[in-house]
Amino acid sequence: MARAADTRNLTMSTRARLARRRWGVFYQERIEPIFLYSRRNPSLIVGLAMLGTLLLFTVIGLLGYSQLEPHTNDPSQNSRLDAYVSGGAPVGDKRMPPSWCTWCEDIVELEGDKKPTLFQYPMGTDTQSRDLFATNLRGIPLTLGTGLIAGLLSVGIGTVTAFVAAYYRGVPDVVIRLLTDVGISIPGLLILIIIRIQLGTELLWWQLGAGLAAVGWVFSSRTVRSQVLVLREQPYVEIARQSGMSGLAIIFREMMPNLIPYITASFVASVAGSILASIGLEALGLGDFSSPSLGMTVYWVIQFGAITLGMWWWWLFPLAFIVIIFVSLFLISAGLDEWSNPRLRRQV
Amino acid sequence: MTTTATRRNNPALNTKPNSAVAFIAAFFGNFIVQRFLLFLLTVWVAATVIFILPRLTGQDPVKEKLLLEAQRGGSVQAGMNEMAKEYSARLGLDLPIQEQYINYMTDLAQLDFGYSIAYFPRTVNEIILDSIVWSIGLMTVTLFLAFVLGTGAGALLGWSRSPGWLSYAFMPLLTLSAIPQYMLGLVLMFIFAIILNWLPFFGAYSPGNLPEWSLGFVLDVLRHAILPALAILFSAVGFWAIGMRGMMINTQGEDFMIQADAKGLNGTRIFVRYAIRNALLPQVTGLAISFGTLLTGAVLVEVLFQYPGLGNTLFYAIRVSDFFQITGIVMTIIISLAMATMVVDLVYPLIDPRVKYTQS
Repeated sequence: MARAADTRNLTMSTRARLARRRWGVFYQERIEPIFLYSRRNPSLIVGLAMLGTLLLFTVIGLLGYSQLEPHTNDPSQNSRLDAYVSGGAPVGDKRMPPSWCTWCEDIVELEGDKKPTLFQYPMGTDTQSRDLFATNLRGIPLTLGTGLIAGLLSVGIGTVTAFVAAYYRGVPDVVIRLLTDVGISIPGLLILIIIRIQLGTELLWWQLGAGLAAVGWVFSSRTVRSQVLVLREQPYVEIARQSGMSGLAIIFREMMPNLIPYITASFVASVAGSILASIGLEALGLGDFSSPSLGMTVYWVIQFGAITLGMWWWWLFPLAFIVIIFVSLFLISAGLDEWSNPRLRRQV
Repeated sequence: MTTTATRRNNPALNTKPNSAVAFIAAFFGNFIVQRFLLFLLTVWVAATVIFILPRLTGQDPVKEKLLLEAQRGGSVQAGMNEMAKEYSARLGLDLPIQEQYINYMTDLAQLDFGYSIAYFPRTVNEIILDSIVWSIGLMTVTLFLAFVLGTGAGALLGWSRSPGWLSYAFMPLLTLSAIPQYMLGLVLMFIFAIILNWLPFFGAYSPGNLPEWSLGFVLDVLRHAILPALAILFSAVGFWAIGMRGMMINTQGEDFMIQADAKGLNGTRIFVRYAIRNALLPQVTGLAISFGTLLTGAVLVEVLFQYPGLGNTLFYAIRVSDFFQITGIVMTIIISLAMATMVVDLVYPLIDPRVKYTQS
């Protein structure tokens, strides 16, 4: 860290050599511990693996399903992927249980004597006779994308405000601290409800993400700010300051490497929080009605009373995906937490 | 102890006010005063945001509502503008914006949220009062149970002398706490209300059953509350267990634990009097954090189970776009939340002598 300062007066070739050595040191100090650490505490790897599997499933499913012939001759459908809930064209078979489910037929009486082929509707159809497999495949990226945008934006805003507060101190610090203190005590979901109702229009997935970041950045800001305040009192930062490093250089070369665990943890937490809030908002009927996101599926499930109709395939699959998303994000953040905060490491 | 703690933490009482300036400085330096000012600031910011947003987007809630009604009823559009104007005048929406703001803030200070647009002769306060009872009932019971069960579970999980099989319970607890409450609600509803048909799946009491103080009605209410309460409870227990487990692990490294061991005290006594007693207090600060998540989570659980609390009322207000009612409910939740966190923050130094709020 403080190593950066003394390379100033050296020649280029020495610098290049040092840079290579610095990478070696960087690997030893920063990358290798991650591997060693994850062997001892597998929750980070398990979480990443779960999320990776879900993404792989979605990508393969999207690619594969887009190659299949549509269920009907409807010209608006290019592939089976177009028959999703709310927006897509119906496929004609209402309330079909998953077609591989041989014991399901007595739950919903089938219209006529139609016998679906084994993998015609892998996750069944809803009361509007839309293909729920297509819905879920399209919904997972939408929901994850909302969370990703919200997470990136809130961590971005949070980090910048934290540095502004810590760098300038005085009035900016007081204002930012008050803003975060106030923002944390106001539930973001409620403010979003008001914003959404006032806008009157349905929010697209990335607009929803931006809205979630507008209320969610306070949490990242608070986490990062407290850490920046600790770091700026560290001896090596003091040395960098006295050796004439500029403020930005100190921030990026001295402080950033130590902040990365915190920023990552805060990013994961805000992705999870944003997805939770977005599904909540959509379940309340404030989502984009033409979007097949997981939250909107939950909304339709509640609206049509899928549970009382006994259509378990309508809610069980999105539920499973949502649970996988949350549990994997939770495991990742638990792993990161223990990494960035050694006091939390398992002692028992 | 209580009084000494307050004295010590209260510079206004300690310093002799030789001048007014010193007194004012001490007054605003006081933690209690600062915390109260933060509470006021929170409510003020929230209220101002809610006031400004509709004016920024240029929406007219009254007119919109009337148009919606007209479309539904298929009535003529003529006279709509006059009607909207009349309503706006009655509701004071035609005044200059600064006067509107002053009126709005005065009303808010008196906790008066005006009339509901959807159920016109009724005021928002009446509607909120009707529903908040159910929410408070559901929330206090689940909060209490989750705290007791979660803290107990966390204490056992963090205790190094607990039986080994107990550590397997940690992962399921963590997983449960990561799942949104309304998702758990869906599963519980399916299992216990649809498949097993043991419990009712909607409402707070059976339809046709009128609220009264009789054993039958109370039992009916309890039966209806079980599923929504369980949905909230399951994820909340994990939250408390995680916090308590961490504190127990920290506490076991303390010197007084070694001393207690050296004195030859028996295990139960060390566990209860030394470990839990010390690990428990920081859990109280978790209360402040959990209020918010619990409340917003409970809103959706209420919608799912059509439980007639604040959340469900909010849901219906959103559906009929009754803006005054939405504002009223949102502000009620924000104020009660801000108040609850303030109380926790203020009470905490009194019960945990290790924490002192002094002038920095």
